[in-house]
Amino acid sequence: MTTWHVILIATAATLALKLGGYVVPAGFLERERPARIADLLTVALLAALIVVQTLGAGQAIVLDARVPAVIVAAALYALRVPFVVVVVVAAAVAAGIRAFT
Amino acid sequence: MGEVTAADPARRAVIRDSLSVGLATAAYGISFGALSVASGLDVWQTMFLSLVMFTGGSQFALIGVLAGGGPASAGPAIAAAALLGVRNVVYGMRMKPVVDDGGPMRRVGAAWLTIDESTAVALAQSDERSARLGFWLTGTIVFVGWNLTTLLGALIGDALGDTRAWGLDAAAAAAFLGLLWPRLKRRQAGAVAVGAAIVAAATTPVLVPGLPVLVAASVALVVGWFDWFGRRGSA
Repeated sequence: MTTWHVILIATAATLALKLGGYVVPAGFLERERPARIADLLTVALLAALIVVQTLGAGQAIVLDARVPAVIVAAALYALRVPFVVVVVVAAAVAAGIRAFT
Repeated sequence: MGEVTAADPARRAVIRDSLSVGLATAAYGISFGALSVASGLDVWQTMFLSLVMFTGGSQFALIGVLAGGGPASAGPAIAAAALLGVRNVVYGMRMKPVVDDGGPMRRVGAAWLTIDESTAVALAQSDERSARLGFWLTGTIVFVGWNLTTLLGALIGDALGDTRAWGLDAAAAAAFLGLLWPRLKRRQAGAVAVGAAIVAAATTPVLVPGLPVLVAASVALVVGWFDWFGRRGSA
């Protein structure tokens, strides 16, 4: 599968989901349990992606400059610093550690 | 005339909401563009995602899983992007009575612009007219801004070269954290985040890259199904 295949299939899937809310009969996801699972699904996926992006290196778990960068990012989000600033600072922390070690 | 004056403050408020939310969100596009190029996509592929897929969480997930795993991660990358798009079905159902008032073209346009921000601004309004305006205005501002900043970020990312030296891998993790942060207000969400993080870390050494993210999603299914850590469960 080429990168374009992946992009086209994933895009078709996400667009179909967006349209799905407008064409399927209302009700199913308005019910409490499906709505709750849909909400939590987003949380679980994002949390897992953070772990993989922070600690993963292929199939290995590695502690490197990304870890302090993410800790700094968490502290800044807690202080309500805007998203873009936090992302840039996190990059700078990791880049700085790599430059000086 | 009286009606117009009465609606004016509400109209100004919704325009202000749409602008502040729209512009703040559009700025994320820079990080998406740079990270997408860093993960191996070219500028065209990156722009295609922002123009057509146009849902930030799924876009970040797709490039994040692809960057980590190479060709073997194609399937998990598609699945992760699709699963993160599931919430848009719920948004569409909530927005349909408010914005789906025209023909099929209007419906496709509404679906396209159905994202966290357009839905949030619309739902925050007290009357239907403001909600409709908030949805279209926020969606349009984010769409235009997100694509302009994606292009800018992609060009910057292209010029950077060695993205690890610039810390862009850490920036990607920080970006996911930023998407997660506002969702952690309730105890149940926090518990699911911790559980999913543990499952992802534990399964990374034994599964094909990309799959741990999908396995971790099952935590949401289990906790959501039985409503653990929910209001009823709290003492």
